[in-house]
Amino acid sequence: MAFFLEVLAWFPDHWSGTTGVARRVAQHVGYSSAASLLAVAIALPLGLAVGHTGKGGQLAINVANVGRAIPSFGIVILAFILAGINLVPVMVALVALAIPPIVTNTYVGIRSVDPEVRDAAEGMGMTGWQVLRRVELPVAMPLVMAGVRTATVQVVATATLAAFIGLGGLGRYIFDGLQVRDSVRVVAGALLVAALSLLTELLLAALQRTVVPRGLRDRAAAETTRAKTSAAAV
Amino acid sequence: MTAALAAAFFRWDWIGSHLDDIQSRLTEHVVLTVVPVAIGFVLAFPLALAAVRWPRLYGPLLGVTGVLFTIPSLALFVLLLPFTGLSRATAVIGLTTYTLLILVRNTVEGINGVPRDVREAAEAMGYTRLRRLLRVELPLAVPVILAGVRIATVTTIGLVTITAVIGQGGLGQLFIDGFIRRFPTPLIVGLVLSIVLAVAADLSLLAAQRWWTPWSRAGN
Repeated sequence: MAFFLEVLAWFPDHWSGTTGVARRVAQHVGYSSAASLLAVAIALPLGLAVGHTGKGGQLAINVANVGRAIPSFGIVILAFILAGINLVPVMVALVALAIPPIVTNTYVGIRSVDPEVRDAAEGMGMTGWQVLRRVELPVAMPLVMAGVRTATVQVVATATLAAFIGLGGLGRYIFDGLQVRDSVRVVAGALLVAALSLLTELLLAALQRTVVPRGLRDRAAAETTRAKTSAAAV
Repeated sequence: MTAALAAAFFRWDWIGSHLDDIQSRLTEHVVLTVVPVAIGFVLAFPLALAAVRWPRLYGPLLGVTGVLFTIPSLALFVLLLPFTGLSRATAVIGLTTYTLLILVRNTVEGINGVPRDVREAAEAMGYTRLRRLLRVELPLAVPVILAGVRIATVTTIGLVTITAVIGQGGLGQLFIDGFIRRFPTPLIVGLVLSIVLAVAADLSLLAAQRWWTPWSRAGN
């Protein structure tokens, strides 16, 4: 119990400064949001294209499955051995980690649109692009958002490992603390990482509610659990 | 020139001289995968049955296991340190925690996915609730339950690479060896072995599932 009081007392003493919580949170959020946005920018059009045309879907899913088995801790260290303390390769690893769940969920979401709905849209004279933007994407939104949510939470978790190779972010408290056997700092860092992950999850759940059409919201909740439990975490 | 570069990057002779080390890391990795998935199943199965019997439990159960699943593994291991220290228990408890969401969800969905007419036929034949569960619902749910075990196993194989940070070995130790000595060979060996292990586990569980339930095509 006394230990946890010490951990609580740690926070006010380490709030500001170059190694303070505020700066570490900013770094962590910076890495994670940049990587997630980049991943969405790459994976969403890819998933939409594969889903809309129906070509290359199995290939995309297979690539994503193999990608799931690659441990990101190893990739981060490989990036360090090849490039030293350098943010770029770590960002590449984070983006690569986030792409598969978004691509597969978008692809599956678009493919699972009822063919009759698609036919009806075409019968109304919509072009392929209009069908995609106004029919397929809104109907697939629960799955698309489930993929984005899963990917982003994984990125926030994995960004912790950037600190192992000397970069910033909240992982610094854990790895630096382990190095000097300062268990208060280690546990404080872990609490911050856990809190940030849960907060990310909550924020994306709120975002999901606003972008998913009202009639599809029950499906959104179920699909999120499905997406989470079919993707590896760190 | 390229051959020299490749030789500096990857040294085959290191593998030959470290076979014992590689083998014990691989064994640790397998143990740290099998034990948590087994314990996770023992915990998740009764929880899932309870959630099928009393559907109101299902939402809260997914909520709690979902929150645990969201906490990054490194943070969870570290948060266990004040209680269980740098021990095998810390690794096993943390890893078990991650299997719960997957195993509970797939078991419940598997049983609830049994077609209504099959259920009603069993009832009409006079099956008691328990007998219907054991003889009808569970056998039909096996593909989905085993799909959950597959996902849990592959996920755990990935997570075990982190346990080296808290001194519990596994293939992640080869990553750290490579890091400390700025020497890529052990790192690459560890990466390749963990990928091979994940793919092998996935394929053999898939084969087991097909052998056990020849009437079904693969679960989800």
